[in-house]
Amino acid sequence: MKILSIYDFSNLTQAIHTWLSGKMSVVSTQVVEMILVGTVFLLFFAVLGLVLVYAERKVCAIIQVRLGPMRVGKWGTAQTLADFIKLVFKEPLITRDADKFLFNLAPFIIIIASFMAVAVMPFAKGLQAMDFDIGLFYISAVSSIGVTSILVAGWASNSKYSLIGAIRSGAQILSYELSAGLSLLTIVILTGSLQLSEIVESQADGWWIWKGHVSSIIAFVIFIIAGTAETNRGPFDMAEAESELTAGFHTEYSGIKFAFFFLAEYVNMFIIAAIGATVFFGGWMPLHVGNFEAFNNIMDYIPSVVWFFMKVSAIIFLMMWFRWTFPRLRIDQLLTLEWKYLLPLSLMNILLMAFLSLMGWHF
Amino acid sequence: MKIEAIDTSETKEYFINMGPQHPSTHGVLRLLLTLEGEIIKNVEPHIGYVHRAIEKMCEKSSFQQIIHLTDRLDYLSCHMNNEAVCLAVEQGLEMDVPERVKVIRTIIDELNRISSHTLWWGVMGMDMGAITSFLYGFREHEMITEIFEETCGARLTMSYNVPGGLMFDIPPNFQKMVKDFLFHFKKKLPEYDTLLSNNIIFTERTKGIGYLSKENAIAFGVTGPSARASGFACDVRKLKPYSAYHKVNFKEIIFTEGDCFARYKARIDEMWESVSIIEQLIDNIPEGDYFVKTKAVIKLPVGEYYQSVESARGEFGVYIVSDNKKNPYRVKFRSPGFANLSALNKIAQGCKIADLVAIMSTLDLVIPDIDR
Repeated sequence: MKILSIYDFSNLTQAIHTWLSGKMSVVSTQVVEMILVGTVFLLFFAVLGLVLVYAERKVCAIIQVRLGPMRVGKWGTAQTLADFIKLVFKEPLITRDADKFLFNLAPFIIIIASFMAVAVMPFAKGLQAMDFDIGLFYISAVSSIGVTSILVAGWASNSKYSLIGAIRSGAQILSYELSAGLSLLTIVILTGSLQLSEIVESQADGWWIWKGHVSSIIAFVIFIIAGTAETNRGPFDMAEAESELTAGFHTEYSGIKFAFFFLAEYVNMFIIAAIGATVFFGGWMPLHVGNFEAFNNIMDYIPSVVWFFMKVSAIIFLMMWFRWTFPRLRIDQLLTLEWKYLLPLSLMNILLMAFLSLMGWHF
Repeated sequence: MKIEAIDTSETKEYFINMGPQHPSTHGVLRLLLTLEGEIIKNVEPHIGYVHRAIEKMCEKSSFQQIIHLTDRLDYLSCHMNNEAVCLAVEQGLEMDVPERVKVIRTIIDELNRISSHTLWWGVMGMDMGAITSFLYGFREHEMITEIFEETCGARLTMSYNVPGGLMFDIPPNFQKMVKDFLFHFKKKLPEYDTLLSNNIIFTERTKGIGYLSKENAIAFGVTGPSARASGFACDVRKLKPYSAYHKVNFKEIIFTEGDCFARYKARIDEMWESVSIIEQLIDNIPEGDYFVKTKAVIKLPVGEYYQSVESARGEFGVYIVSDNKKNPYRVKFRSPGFANLSALNKIAQGCKIADLVAIMSTLDLVIPDIDR
């Protein structure tokens, strides 16, 4: 299968690299490139936050038979921007007797953690900031850093609601990390590599969700449940639990620090959806149906980056759908679900997948 | 910095103030929780944040004025509250109101019950974390509110009853509006089951949680759907029929489980019963006057009058002591919310924080009704 070369971003990045190398030394080229990539990611974060919050409000509005934001800008598109400006100008309150240093540090930890995870995301062919050979492992590692932030925020706030939320969240994220990791490992058995670019390449002739039989479908279901739980979103929003703990671990945060937690939630949702799309749905690979040549060629003309974002949006929509239809679980039920059902299931699923792969029964 | 050694082997109970500003106390109820981890050891409700001395104000008001004060008790079953006062006054005047008034009162009662229960259903979902149900519940609530607006001009605090009848006659399109609503509502009520009642997470959160035994329900004076879910038959509409309730066939919804789910289910089924009651009456509204003329200044003969009605939350009672003046000597309201709240500590002990929210939700507390 050929990917149209005009959509290959490595041409673009290579061109920038040669142009920069001609102008300056090797070291300064490196530095300038790092700054460029960092800036692009910062902008991407800002846009992602604005778009996802708007999307969530619209999706939720559709599910709840109402219109959602409609006043600011056409169809309310500028609503999130207005909200963001409001948050920036709000007074950042700190509760009395709070641990000021940790209190201020916590929002940054969660943002940095999600920032690091996005670094290895293969957005399109040749569009990847870093291509570690342990990419998947790296993502699981850095995305768990986020939980420290929640624990620190809950502890430093000097509020009981925050503390309960943080402790719940700690138990929850640590537990669900296992299932998420194991379900990804199921696919790694097939790909034989942890490198994200290779995982995508291995799906050139079909996505793993189809190729891996029932085993990969089970893995995807487990992954999406564990992923939703890891992002602290409903029905697993134990850490926030609005009706029980007012706002959970970020009860005492206001202004831009609250905005950081808010943004991190949406970026984390994007990360989970992006991993899901990359590992199970072929990342930026276009949809191909068997030997249906005409259809396959048309699909090839859709840029790879569009494919990636289409798949990510579909998974994000699924997660929003969960949130706006299901009631919240109780903390002990949440842990029961993980330790008694999901974890044994994913362990068994790995064995099944290993067996399938050993017998060569996958496509 | 010196770090003191902490003995971690010992666990300590701690307190949390839940409320008066809290998303799930629905108003200004303050619960002082004694917790051990997430397990609730004790719940101490502190009330009085919206105390407006309504009973005292009643002593200074004429009987017509009292009606407008009762709207502000349990604002979700305002019509039943009005009716209780009217019935008590009519009882004192030994007055018989026309059949038309009785039937209209009953219809509005049941509409009011449905509107209260739809709102409760929405809020119940929101307490459990399913925010969507809130909007769905309000959709039907809004339709009933529009019928009320058309009927008497007010949407929430209606004051449609006056001693001797009703303030206005029903509008010409009343029957059509009610029938339209019932047609819509009967299609939407199964949707409620789809969204919450049949949801596995919801049933897991409510079944077997917050058990209230029949004995405790009686001991704490719990009434309404909350008590009927524990098997305590206490429906005033059945026990002491008032208005047109003796003319209609309806089932008293009784469950014996006594848990949150039974209390939930009792209310859902009660909505179906209300629909059937309205359907029986809506085509049979007798012709006639919509009020009996009373004197401008009502004076009740010396004596004590008690009238209870079944409000959306339970037995709402009005006790009037009259000394033959234009104001009552003393008025006491028996509010269902107050008695239901008193059982909270008994039910909630040993549950988790999340369960407490579910329990409070299924007790369906309205704080102005408790504080008065």
